[in-house]
Formats: sequence, structure tokens, C-alpha cells
Amino acid sequence: MLDRTFTPEFKAIDRINLITPGHIKLDNDCNLFWFNSGEQELVRIEMVFTNLRFNPEKPLLNVAVNTMLNDGTNSLTAAQIADKVDYYGAFLQVDYGFDHSQVTLYCLNKHLKNTLPVIKDVITDSIFPEKELATFIRNQQQKLQVSLQKNDFVARRTFNKAVFGNTMYGLSPDAADYAKIERADLLQHFKQMYQPGNCTLIVAGKIDDDILKLITHSFGKDWNNTDVPDISQPAFTPSAQLYNYVEKPGALQSAIRLGTATINRTHPDFPALQVVNTILGGYFGSRLMANIREDKGYTYGIGSGMSSMLYSGALFIATEVGADVTGAAMKEIEKEVNILKTELISADELSLVKNYMLGSLLGSLENVLSHADKFKNVYFSGLDFDYYDRYTEIIRSITAQDVLRLSNEYLTFDQFYKVIVGKV
Amino acid sequence: MVKFNRFTLSNGLRVIVHEDITTPMAVLNILYDVGARDEDPKQTGFAHLFEHLMFGGSVNIPNYDEPLQRVGGENNAFTSNDITNYYITLPAVNIETAFWLESDRMLSLAFSEKSLEVQRNVVIEEFKQRYLNQPYGDVWLNLRPLAYKAHPYRWATIGKEISHIEDARIGDVKAFFAKHYNPQNAIMVVGGDVTTAQVKKLAEKWFGPIPAGNKYNRDLPQEPEQLAARRQTVTAKVPLNALYIAFHMPARNDEHYHAVDLLSDLLSRGNSSRLYRTLVKDKQLFSEIHAYTTESLDAGVFVVDGKPVAGVSIETAEAAIWEELDKLKNEPVGIDELTKVKNKTESTMAFSEMSLLDKAMNLAYFELLGDAELFNLEAAQYLAITPLQIQHQSQDIFKKENSSTLVYLAE
Repeated sequence: MLDRTFTPEFKAIDRINLITPGHIKLDNDCNLFWFNSGEQELVRIEMVFTNLRFNPEKPLLNVAVNTMLNDGTNSLTAAQIADKVDYYGAFLQVDYGFDHSQVTLYCLNKHLKNTLPVIKDVITDSIFPEKELATFIRNQQQKLQVSLQKNDFVARRTFNKAVFGNTMYGLSPDAADYAKIERADLLQHFKQMYQPGNCTLIVAGKIDDDILKLITHSFGKDWNNTDVPDISQPAFTPSAQLYNYVEKPGALQSAIRLGTATINRTHPDFPALQVVNTILGGYFGSRLMANIREDKGYTYGIGSGMSSMLYSGALFIATEVGADVTGAAMKEIEKEVNILKTELISADELSLVKNYMLGSLLGSLENVLSHADKFKNVYFSGLDFDYYDRYTEIIRSITAQDVLRLSNEYLTFDQFYKVIVGKV
Repeated sequence: MVKFNRFTLSNGLRVIVHEDITTPMAVLNILYDVGARDEDPKQTGFAHLFEHLMFGGSVNIPNYDEPLQRVGGENNAFTSNDITNYYITLPAVNIETAFWLESDRMLSLAFSEKSLEVQRNVVIEEFKQRYLNQPYGDVWLNLRPLAYKAHPYRWATIGKEISHIEDARIGDVKAFFAKHYNPQNAIMVVGGDVTTAQVKKLAEKWFGPIPAGNKYNRDLPQEPEQLAARRQTVTAKVPLNALYIAFHMPARNDEHYHAVDLLSDLLSRGNSSRLYRTLVKDKQLFSEIHAYTTESLDAGVFVVDGKPVAGVSIETAEAAIWEELDKLKNEPVGIDELTKVKNKTESTMAFSEMSLLDKAMNLAYFELLGDAELFNLEAAQYLAITPLQIQHQSQDIFKKENSSTLVYLAE
């Protein structure tokens, strides 16, 4: 008779194998990294540019330039760009972030020679036509109106603004900010930012010599630096007001967001603090989930997370709870943060979290694209793959005492920014 | 091309193995052939609530998540109107833990009252978070009963109303489990760094002893043909007016399904698509517009939805959509344009084959459709579609009398 009450034997994860990228610096100073692996005849090409210095008077320049990159060049209209990309079954994506903005192409290898010229044109010769700008402004303003009725969206931007003030990290635009975007500023910003010396190319997929040659020829030639872009950033002026309540009469739920600015990935304590974060709210079995969802049933989900940017990091807790239990949920969150600082974690819970985190790291390396993602995490923090050796070593060796010490050093509930959008 | 092996246990459990040695991970995916369409009209939302209860402990294992996390695994599940799908990813060396956990909850749940009470609350909060406390969150709560009058697709997976969830009792939970959660109604896919021999051995060991249970025979009221246009206008706390038009369309297994799917791509996939190009960019009538299908196992709906630009009337916006739909009915689509959506489908499939979990879920789903091998034949079916087929489907579907129009007006 099969005994179903015993857990089958299991093994801890001992090693993570990462694919080492190839690297060349093109003649125009653009750094190219490539990851070659996999069965499928396809590639993902990412062109990552460091954001220019944030201008509080024109907060949306970076966003607008990036988002409008596929809206026309001197030789192609927005419609022609879309036709070419779509015809070859490719996907052209633009994304802006706190520190970097990027253009991504997903393409089958057999179509790459047809799509590369389009991407090249977009990053070297975009013109931001007035008509497209007017459409962009109007549609973004409409989208913003919808987002502003979502409590979690409002909570996130209120929190970021409080913690990081008037910077890219605290970006919190209103409709008027969109209205004041001007074409001349976009052209100027584009010319400064989208230069090869400010670009890192990251290519992942099945890459043979021909594909590599196609890419280096495309981006290594006829694309030159004109000057040195200003990629410094202004210092933060955090808000003095820790508690921010945005009342939404009639809300069924309140969005809660709490947390603080903290260390980023370059700090030696970062991996260990990620262990603390995981215990608190970083996985399904976390203390916040176990208490506030699985015991009290106050919410569909609650979690905590850490973000690492170039000039700061953030640690935050986020949830949406029934409006009637907003106060009760806040109390339980405070209780869980304080338990981390006063009680030693049991050996059982700590070993579970360690195994979970190592398994999760292994599982996050699903394919060649994920190896490139792992590389980006460290490379843009000025680190290298040794980081992951340190990370796994720290997770294996961290003790209950370490968790207690780090919690006391980095988590002070009274100093957290606290945002509630809904009803208290 | 996704290779797999297949066998069936004596209790009726279908097992598919996809060996993929390029990853150190493994996936165990179980699809139960039950969804919101199988619910009692007085107890809607039950299949989904039940999915939550599957994590509340099983007969021999008090806590489902903890042992899985301890071996470095993760899991989740989703419920649709058609199916309930559970999946685990974990380091392949620890695959047996996944068999242990999944087989025990197929054998029997713990049926804990505390778990039911908590998960009722959690699901009610989910109801509020996703459907009630969001602008336009209740669209499907309105659109489904407008488009369907007889078929159980007339309610959403979350349920018709919160009271149905509040009223769920442990006896209902036990009956639902006995009816749907047995080996005969399930398809298991194991993928990743595993061998078929190993999976066979583990499947026999852990799932073999589970009694076959009763076969559920689905006999759902089918939707009668719609004969007149339907319309509903809702005044809601939303910032912008919005328009939703739903058309009845063929089921997933119908021979015409692929043509209809490409039709939605022609209309709204990518910035070169017709609705985006014409109505957002050229005519500037909408700030956003989409077309998609519900991809349902019984006859589904094809939806066009959009938000008109401020100042554009609903009548103008609606007429502009119909003008685009009429073009598809009146003129065959050009070869280049058709090739475009086929190329897009081809590359989407190639990229999705990079994900082990996607492959496992797809194999289970296609096995439910009749044969996992259909997953590999799918691309060819899209490639074979002709302009004439697209035109015929447009003519069949885009008819006023086949439409249900839902209008949201900003308060």
C-alpha cells in the first residue's frame, strides 16, 4: 500500500549554469552582446539606451520619444513601418523604463534581412510628425483618464512620487503634461539619446555567423555619434509627508501601497534583503499571503517586492483589500513587519524559502531569452555574472540571525511611506 | 514541431509526455474537463471557487503549497468557461513531489470548512477587484447575458453575482468533486527533463490506484440562432464612452474556426491592422479599438470593442466599425494582407514553442480538442485559409441580426 503521507525525497539545487554571451564593440562604440542557443530559428534584438537627464519642466519627453519611435521617419510613414514589420511576422516593441528605454524586435531569422533596415531607420531617422504627435497626445490623455480610475494605478504613482519626488522614478504626469509636448523638443531629445555610444545591443536566439554579420553590418555602419549625451540625473527630494490618503467615495476596495527607498543590486546586502522580502511577501506562501489572504480572506492577493534602479532601490508592499477591512489589513501588515524584527525565523521556514528561491532562479532560466534577461539585470547595474554565484551562496548560507539583523536595519514601519486609495 | 508520447492508465487518466532536455526544469500540467459552462445556473462561479479550494489541502497532505515550495517549485491554476487547468513547474530532479501532490488531490480533498470560508471571502474580493471596482470591469457580466440566452456561456467564470459564491456549502463542494474531479475527466501532461519511462512509472505509482469515478456526460443547452439585433446601454462610472459588439461565431473545433481567427487578426492585430489603421490613425474616431474571439469549445463570440475619441458620437463610431466589417464582406482580402496575418501566426507559434509551460498547456488543450497532434497541425490549417473563406465567414458573422451591442456611457 502506497503511503501518501510522506514527501518524496528531494534534492536542493546546487548549480545554476548561465550562458556566457559573445561580445564585440562596434566601430561606433555600440556594445553588442549575443546569446546563442535554442532550436527555433528566431531572434530577439534589444537596443537599450540610457535615458537622458530628467527635465521636471518637460517630464514626458523620454516617454514620448520612445513611444513614438514607430510613428515615422524621413523615408517611411508610420503606416509603412507597421506594414513592413507586420508583413514579415515580426514584432516591434518600444518600452521606456526608469533608467533605460529600449526598442525590441522579435523576428524569425528568415525575415531578419527585411526587418533590420526598418529598425535601423527608426532608431536613426525618426521625425515625430505633428499629426502623429497630436494623435499620441489625445490617445494618451484618454488612456490616463481610464487609469486614474483604477485604485492600484493611483496608489503606485502616488507612492513613487512621494518616495522619489520630481524625477523619472516619481513620474506622475497629468493631462496638461501631455498637452505641452512639442515636436522640436522630441527631435532634440531623440538626436541626443539615440546615439550608438549610448546604446547596448543584446541579441538572443539562434545566431550563426550570417545572422551576426547581418546585425553588425546593420548597426555598425552609417550610424555615428554626434556628441556626448547628458545621462546624469537630478537628486531626489522625497516628500516629507509619509501618509497619503486618496479618498474614493463608494469604493468597494482600497488599494494599499507601503514601503521605502532602499539599497539597490550593487549593495552587498541586496541578495540577503531579497530573502527577507521573500519571507514577508515574495511568494505564495509568504507571511503576508498566509495571514491576510489565506487566514483572514481580506484580499485576492498581497505581496511585497523590491526594485533595483541605477540610483536607488525600493521595497514595497501592495494589495487591494475590501474597503471595510482597510484599517484591519494595515494593522496586520504592520504586525508582520514587526514580527520579522523581533522573532527569529524557524529553521523550517527559512530552509523552505531558500529552496524556493533557488528553484525559482533555476526556473526563471527557461530559454535563451531568459539568459539574456538575467544578463541585463546585472550588466546595467555595473555587475557581472559573478553576482549570481554570490546570490546563490548568500541564499544558501543566510541564517535566522541575519534575517533578524537585516529586518531591523532596513524595515522601519514608522518610516514607510503609506498610500491608501479608496476608503479608510 | 513538439514531439510527445502518450498513454492512458487503466482508470482512464490520459498522460502525455514531452521530453525536453534543454531545460533542467519539469512541468506537470493537469487539465480537468470542467468549466463554468458545467455549472448549475443557480450556483454560478462554482468551478472557479472550486479551483481555489483545490489548494486548501487534500486527504493526506494538509498543505499543498508548502511542500512544493520546499522543493523549489511553483504552481498556479486558472478556470475558464470551458476548462480548469492546474500547473506546477519545478526542478526536474524533484518531479516526484509534483506527482505526489497532484495525485493526492485527485484522490480526495480534505474538504475543510475553514478553507471554504476563507476562499469564499478571497473569491468575493477577487470579484470586487477584477469586475466591480474597475472602470469597465463588469463588461462581461453584461455582455454575456446579452449575447447568450440559453447556453451557460451567459455567465462569466467569476459567476453571475456575489451571492452565488456566498451561498456555497461544503456539500456542494463534495458533489462537484465527485462529479468532475476524477481520472476519466483529466488530461495530464508532463514535460521537460524527464523520460517517458520515468513518467510512466511515476504515473502508475501515484495516479494508478485512484478509482476511475463516474464519467461526466455533458449535455448543455445549445444557443439557438439569433434572429434580431440586440442592444443594451449602460450608464456607468467610467471616464469615457465605450462600445462592444459581440457576434456569434463557430466553435473551436469547427472547420471554419481558423478563418475566423485570422479575421480578427486582419481587423486588429498590430499597427497595420484595418481597424487601428482606419479608425484610430486615419479617421481619428477611436483612441483604442480591438477585435478578438473567445476561442470557446461551444459556439463562441467574436467581439469588436473600442473607445471613441471625446466628441465622437456612439452612432458615428458604430457606423465606422460597420463600414470596416462591410468591406470584409464585400471585397476579398488581398493576398499580401492575408500572407501578413499568416506570417504573424507562424512567428507567434515559433516563439511560444520556446516556453515549456506553454507547450505543456497546449498539448493538454489539443488533446481535449480530440488529439494532441492537432497542436502540430495547427500552423498548416492557418496557412491553407483562402481570401474566399475569409469573405464567407465575414458574411456569415457580421450581420446585424447576429450582433449584440453594448454601449457604456460615461455618467
